Amino acid sequence: MRGQSRLIGRRLAQIIPVIVLATFVVFGLLHLVPGDIAFTLAGENATDARIAQIRESYGLDRPFLVQYASWLWNALHFDLSRSYLSNEPVLNQILHRFPTTLLIVCGALSISLTIGIPLGILAATKPESRLDAAVTSLASLGVAVPNFWLAMLLVATFALSLNWFPATGAVAFAKDPAKSILHAALPALALAAGGVAEVARQLRSGLIEILSSQYVRTLHAKGLSPAAILWKHGLKNVSVNLLTVIGLLVNRLLGATVVVEAVFAIPGMGSLIVHAAINKDFPVVQGVVLAMVVVVICMNLLIDILYTILDPRVALK
Amino acid sequence: MAGAEPLLSVSGLGVFFGGGPDEVQATKDIDFAVYPGERVGIVGESGCGKTVTGLALLGLLPPATTRIVGSAMFEGQNLIGLSRDRLRRVRGRKISMIFQEPMSALDPVFTIGQQIGETIRTHFGASKAQARERAIDALASVGIPSPARVHDSYPHQLSGGMRQRAMIAIALVCEPRLLIADEPTTALDVTIQAQIIDLLLDLSTRNGTALLFITHDLGVIAETCTRMLTMYAGQVVEDAMVDDALVRPLHPYTSGLLRSLPRLSERGTVLPSIAGRVPTLRDMPTGCRFAERCAHRQVGCDQAQSIARIDATHRVRCHRHADFVLPGALTEREAAA
Repeated sequence: MRGQSRLIGRRLAQIIPVIVLATFVVFGLLHLVPGDIAFTLAGENATDARIAQIRESYGLDRPFLVQYASWLWNALHFDLSRSYLSNEPVLNQILHRFPTTLLIVCGALSISLTIGIPLGILAATKPESRLDAAVTSLASLGVAVPNFWLAMLLVATFALSLNWFPATGAVAFAKDPAKSILHAALPALALAAGGVAEVARQLRSGLIEILSSQYVRTLHAKGLSPAAILWKHGLKNVSVNLLTVIGLLVNRLLGATVVVEAVFAIPGMGSLIVHAAINKDFPVVQGVVLAMVVVVICMNLLIDILYTILDPRVALK
Repeated sequence: MAGAEPLLSVSGLGVFFGGGPDEVQATKDIDFAVYPGERVGIVGESGCGKTVTGLALLGLLPPATTRIVGSAMFEGQNLIGLSRDRLRRVRGRKISMIFQEPMSALDPVFTIGQQIGETIRTHFGASKAQARERAIDALASVGIPSPARVHDSYPHQLSGGMRQRAMIAIALVCEPRLLIADEPTTALDVTIQAQIIDLLLDLSTRNGTALLFITHDLGVIAETCTRMLTMYAGQVVEDAMVDDALVRPLHPYTSGLLRSLPRLSERGTVLPSIAGRVPTLRDMPTGCRFAERCAHRQVGCDQAQSIARIDATHRVRCHRHADFVLPGALTEREAAA
């Protein structure tokens, strides 16, 4: 327990520099984008005086570092400033859009696990068999297929031809859970292909290594049944590998929503940042990046804590 | 031991690896018997088939790539070719096995207690509380000072010696009739080695557990065992009482091993060693397998050697055994003293 709280403390101390670094880099990149946002905001035929006025009112005339520091200071007080375009507070936009993306990511994750885990176990218990070969090639295919292409294929088949699912848009989960899931199903499926493959592959190789280890030989020598060895010892040992895969998968899925939300025209975090970036709506881009970084860091922290629970050797290190 | 029924009787045991046209034979025509409560050592260099023989007896070699011939009679059933289910009832219950590296031989994510308890529960269907009690008793019986604490510890929290003691507790908790110990002290410090050997010796005498001690360390065998099998390149080349073999080895290989034991009285002299190395499985000589390294090689050594019985307790696989008197580790006078 002491080891666990020490670990959490250490991780929390790492969060601040990571957040600062990530947002600073994005802030810097946004300032390298050619064109002046003040021109856009001022509208056509604006006078120089008007543009200068806008610059001043948005604080764009201040030095870069001052702008960043002021943004960071406000962000620490949960004020992510307002969108240049809609003048809506960025935090509201994020809180409004995040559940939609979360539903898709969680959906993709659960599909990846429910299909990937059994496939991986099946393949590992019969290595070199036909079943194993089938799982392995399926996994390679899953990794290789681009998710935007799969997304379009799914829309064409299940939404447009068969009409089983809606082709675009999203419904808030709080408003109508069933409809909301129906809308999230195809995007989640498109994202899950790579996840299923990754989970199955990692679980297979991890489990094969464990099942041929010396301690599993001891378990056989003690007279345990193969079922007890697989389900009790195999799974507990491989759960550590699985945790690593889940952590990486969530990060990747969050990133991949950018593309998939575009295909399905879903108003989530991905489409929010894309739209904001194209229109130089810097506060929104910054806010979304910050939100993503916080989510990824929290996810990693959660996984690190789970490590200490699943593997008694971790807490001590 | 004459008169008693052997506990384990191995004959014609051979292990093949690989299968198909690439199949190689790892051990050939292994014959030996272990009597109840007897302590038998198997000695030989690495790669001579000692461990493979031990694993083959319990069916612990990977079934997909292994073929085993011959028989191993144990309590009226042949362990070779026994169904998986029936073999499982022998493993850990009637015959147990301990291994060289206790760290990698124990599951890192389960406590010692869980790993002993599951053995008890598998074979006796005890309740969790009963299993815990028995597990703690077992840990105490292998000389672990605070058995309740070790019961709830994970393998990485224990020292190497404690781990091997825990491993022995797991192996002996169901009071098996035979314990196969595969190099149980090789990975340990010398002082701990001696403790573990004493422990095995003590437990074997106290419970009447027969011991099949696999090691490359003749010193360990001399201390622990009453009988020793010398294995070379997958064959038993000599089977003798330890006291006998130490003084009058009949096979040049046994003699070579005995002579290469360091002795305090011979400080400053060069330690004799056997030149050359064990032939690989792919190019095993058709004649005597040791011939290439043997100082006594002559006509007839290119013929396959069969094992000959010298007396009730001594067998040797060398057609020239009557021609020479080989040096052992001790002289007759030393042995008498």
